[in-house]
Amino acid sequence: MAERSFAAEVEHLRKGAGEWIHAEGILAVTKALLQSGVAYVGGYQGAPISHLMDVLGDARPILDELEVYFENSASEATAAAMLAASVHYPLRGAITFKSTVGLNVASDALANLASGGVIGGALVILGEDYGEGSSIMQERAHAFAMKSQMWLLDPRPNVAAIVDAVESGFELSEASNTPVMLDLRLRSCHLRGRFVAKDNRKPAMSVKEALRAPKRDVGRIVLPPASFQHEQEKVHHRWPAAVRFIRERRLNEVLNNGVADVGIITQGGLYNTVNRSLELLGCSDAFGNTRVPTYVMNVTYPVIEDEIVEFCRDKRAVLLVEEGQPDYIEQSLNTILRRNSVGTQLHGKDLLPLAGEYSSSAVTRGLAGFLERWLPGAIEHKPALLLGPEDPRSPFAPRVDATAVKPRLPGLCTGCPERPIFSGMKLAERETGQHHVSADIGCHLFAINAPFNIGATTMGYGLGSAGAAALSAPQADNRAVAIMGDGGFWHNGLTSGVGNAVFNKSDQVLVVVDNAYAAATGGQDLLSSKAELPTRSTRHPIEKAARGVGVEWARTIEDTYDVAAVRDSFVEALTTSEPGPKLLVMQSECQLNRQRRVKPEMRQALKEGKRITRERFGVDPETCTGDHACIRISGCPSLTIESNPDPMRSDPVATVLDSCVGCGVCGANAHAAVLCPSFYRSDVTHNPSRRDRLIGRLRDRWVRLLSAGLEARASRYEAAP
Amino acid sequence: MSSWADGRRPLTLAILALGGEGGGVLADWIVVVADVAGWHAQNTSVAGVAQRTGATVYYVELFPPVVSEPPAGEPRAIRAEPVMSIFPSPGEVDVVITSELMESGRAIQRGFVTPDRTTLITSTNRVYSIDEKMSLGDGRVDDGELLAGARRAARLLIAADFARLAEREGSVISASLFGALAGSAALPFSREQFEHAIRASGKSVDASLAAFAAGFEVAAPDPDEADGTLAAGDDSVSTPSSPSRSLEAEKQAQEDERNRIAEVAPESLVGPALRDLAQRTREVPRAARSMVLHGLVRTAVYQDHDYADRYLERVRRFARIDPEADGEAQLTRAAAQHVALWMCYHDTIHVALQKTRRARLERVRGEARVRPGQRFDLHEFLHPQIDEITDVMPTRLGAALRESRQFQRAVRFITHKGMKLNTTSVLGYTLLTTMARGRPLRPRSLRFGREQELIDRWIDRSLSIAAAGDAGLALEVILCQAVLKGYGDTWARGWQSFEALMDAAERIQGEPDASGRLADLRAAALADETGAELSTMLRERVPA
Repeated sequence: MAERSFAAEVEHLRKGAGEWIHAEGILAVTKALLQSGVAYVGGYQGAPISHLMDVLGDARPILDELEVYFENSASEATAAAMLAASVHYPLRGAITFKSTVGLNVASDALANLASGGVIGGALVILGEDYGEGSSIMQERAHAFAMKSQMWLLDPRPNVAAIVDAVESGFELSEASNTPVMLDLRLRSCHLRGRFVAKDNRKPAMSVKEALRAPKRDVGRIVLPPASFQHEQEKVHHRWPAAVRFIRERRLNEVLNNGVADVGIITQGGLYNTVNRSLELLGCSDAFGNTRVPTYVMNVTYPVIEDEIVEFCRDKRAVLLVEEGQPDYIEQSLNTILRRNSVGTQLHGKDLLPLAGEYSSSAVTRGLAGFLERWLPGAIEHKPALLLGPEDPRSPFAPRVDATAVKPRLPGLCTGCPERPIFSGMKLAERETGQHHVSADIGCHLFAINAPFNIGATTMGYGLGSAGAAALSAPQADNRAVAIMGDGGFWHNGLTSGVGNAVFNKSDQVLVVVDNAYAAATGGQDLLSSKAELPTRSTRHPIEKAARGVGVEWARTIEDTYDVAAVRDSFVEALTTSEPGPKLLVMQSECQLNRQRRVKPEMRQALKEGKRITRERFGVDPETCTGDHACIRISGCPSLTIESNPDPMRSDPVATVLDSCVGCGVCGANAHAAVLCPSFYRSDVTHNPSRRDRLIGRLRDRWVRLLSAGLEARASRYEAAP
Repeated sequence: MSSWADGRRPLTLAILALGGEGGGVLADWIVVVADVAGWHAQNTSVAGVAQRTGATVYYVELFPPVVSEPPAGEPRAIRAEPVMSIFPSPGEVDVVITSELMESGRAIQRGFVTPDRTTLITSTNRVYSIDEKMSLGDGRVDDGELLAGARRAARLLIAADFARLAEREGSVISASLFGALAGSAALPFSREQFEHAIRASGKSVDASLAAFAAGFEVAAPDPDEADGTLAAGDDSVSTPSSPSRSLEAEKQAQEDERNRIAEVAPESLVGPALRDLAQRTREVPRAARSMVLHGLVRTAVYQDHDYADRYLERVRRFARIDPEADGEAQLTRAAAQHVALWMCYHDTIHVALQKTRRARLERVRGEARVRPGQRFDLHEFLHPQIDEITDVMPTRLGAALRESRQFQRAVRFITHKGMKLNTTSVLGYTLLTTMARGRPLRPRSLRFGREQELIDRWIDRSLSIAAAGDAGLALEVILCQAVLKGYGDTWARGWQSFEALMDAAERIQGEPDASGRLADLRAAALADETGAELSTMLRERVPA
């Protein structure tokens, strides 16, 4: 079960023609899919489109009613290959994943798909993880569109516009026999807005119906001679068809052409930012009534040559607002203008940043520079953000001491079962010395930051083991450690990492973090999940799979919170003389998901009067020495500091917040790392039994008796309170 | 053209929250309020990995209801609905809400908070960054500066501990901040309209409404209702100047009060058995008396009356030569503090006593919110090492056992995985109190003798430096005791640093700014666990 439930929101999906829907971008996309008569949907979760997968999962009853097939693909490559169903059958299919990492994984399948082409609309919905909040390398989906010749839609960040883009995307795909990518920018996915619904449509042909009459056409298979034919088709048939469709349907917009002899060309996804910048400069208003003609590329690939020429021909200068690098569109426009002998001056990354997110500030500065040069009279107002930090009116004027603002990097949650793995690893390194650590994608990557500072590289999802391949030569005398999550393991790590290490007799220690969910992407289930699900097959042990491909030395540590056991297993794996990869499967349930599961159960049990014991940790301030060694091997958000209550001491003491879930790491660390004796665990038993109460009374009396002497002695020295 | 500069613009709100603090819920509530009122509302956020304990920005734009048809003669608008931005523009944000004080600093740095426009609603509570928490000493930033920055940057500042407000009502910070937003009157919606959004959400409505009300009271511009300890009415903030150090301010006030009492009745600050020694504190400078009285109690409880007497004698040596005896008496005060702390070094007897005191058990019960009748178990995580056990034994026995293989094996068997002791159980409490009662054995122990010798050597060093005329360096030598912390390895590491510092003190004595250099070295000793910073600085700044 995923982290966030959309059970309530998915009811919006049933709304019919004319009804308003207020929803987040991803829900709107789902609704648009149903309105388009989609026959099958797949995908792989990852920010910012994780929730799209979760919405689809929660919408299963509606999908079933409409005979839409949905699956959680094993990887982006799986999802992309799924679109093969649209090659021979008029089935509309949609897949979704995070870009650009998903496109990297899916590239093989997408290239094959785009070569042969499709007859059913094939839509790839990309969650573009670029800019602030992104967790991946900063690259562009645009490159994939160009290399495989797939069309790229980049709609305005407006929920209604996104819904339209989904619907026209299918049509464009069918009209041009080409898969279409729909780029949803990070903020668009989480955008809340409204649109008018249409009725849902059952697919014209369902997957079941397609299977009743199997079809094949060797001309669609990527093998000579067809593959050479595909290349010709791409440029001579599919490209012109796409251009025709885009022009006829006016997917790109020309706004207020003729009001000035300069213009702006922008990617659709940046339109709202551009309009806001124009508003700030006094050149447009809230309703887009711009005084600078604007061409909005809601389709960023292909670039429609005729539209560009028409827009630019009568203008002295044009500014292209294109985010990210390389400047593919700018290069393309320069070619087009030159080929058509249009002398318009084209600006782009000479005035706008070469790299990085096109925020409101970046675009406003670029536009101001452009207009000052070509249309200075249009600027009616200069917003404060154009002022440099040295100007006291600037929003960037230093108003707070920069040293007082520390970075706040993401880290492991309170009670995270991965924390003790790294605590144990740090402790093991005290015995074995330091090791090279190859990290992977997932929550465990947070170990690269303080306080653990573990991990040297990350080469991609599931590639932690492979990332240590060269450093795992059998003759090495200091073993490399590779880390992988259960998500990465099932995504490809089992073959790319484990199989590879077995085959090459790699001498590496491989840690697989088995927390029962794809935790970093929002707690989706996977093959080794513990939950029993009606629609999925789970509970397949990771160790069994690894042994299946030939791993001999494997240990499953069933409780990562036992730091000493984790440490000892690390030491054993790092020092054993066994050849081949040494696998450590570290199991404990993701705490975020566990709490979601356990809390309601606990509340219910309390209400029913069941005997329940609640555990939490604490620190004695008088025993704590304020050294914070405990924090340096934990980093738990619930383990923090507070002012020292002792009048004789000043360094802050450690303290445990109420948010503590009693995972036990503090105690286990205190033991395993031989920390100070200030940690304690308090267990409060609710709805106590008669025996509990009796024991309680007895103990109270005993404590009073034994403490009497100690207290009497102390009271001779301490002032009466 | 009706434009931005003329005020035809949306109201813009940025919310900076930490993962799991309900920033998204807050943004959604705001959108509901606006939606219901017929406004155009849009919110967006940058989620992703930041949700895992990092900082997240939510951005909301609200545009007033629009007349659908343009006036006669004007062309139709390009868009029927307002075009909303998905980015906050620096200098153009009307309301910034931050759920934690340092996040308000971040909002200011990003240009979201400006004096001409922004209402800043910030919670003053601190969620310390890992840098602040990890420090070997006090790594907390100066959050008084954060608050001062907020005051400088905002048009209107509403600052209060909204986390505590919400907690009191059994709710979460998003609800109290939502109340503050309503109370601030930054948005043209009524209190009822805000409350409706909470009701419509249908989740924990009563608790949310209570926290909402508390936040509303704080922010509403009615000075009579402002809660002095918490809050702000207009733009004056009555929160402490440094929120995270409010306890320090309280401690200082208590010290001042105690020094006043010590002048007339020092014996009232100690128990009956220490009255004679308390009277003798009149022989130490006024400014140091409260600290000396603390030290007397502490050393006496730790050992006995004689030990307290010994403490007083040690402190009086400083008092006699303190150059500012009539003023701040920094040297004596520091000596009173650090001599006591060293004399009460943590050994198993002391820890056992701390763990079994009634006040401690009460505190822990309170923290765990134990209600009458409920069963309460308290587990200690102990792991006495051989050294720690033999340390408290009579010198000869300790030395012998330390060498004994059998004894080592026995200890390791019991403690190698650590001991978990249930203090509340009959057995556990008996064991701990028995250990605590081992106090009379302490003066005959191996460690006791060693520590007294080291303490005297340290005091002698400081005093001889003072006698040579550098009271500043003498003070710094005393302050170096702060690097001696913890138990086991931590103590051993601290001891290494301490020795290096003492050695350095000797070498730099007589050189210009010796005290400043030793202060820097002491800070370096607390910069990292490995002692790397200290070694580097020693190489660079201390003559070989």
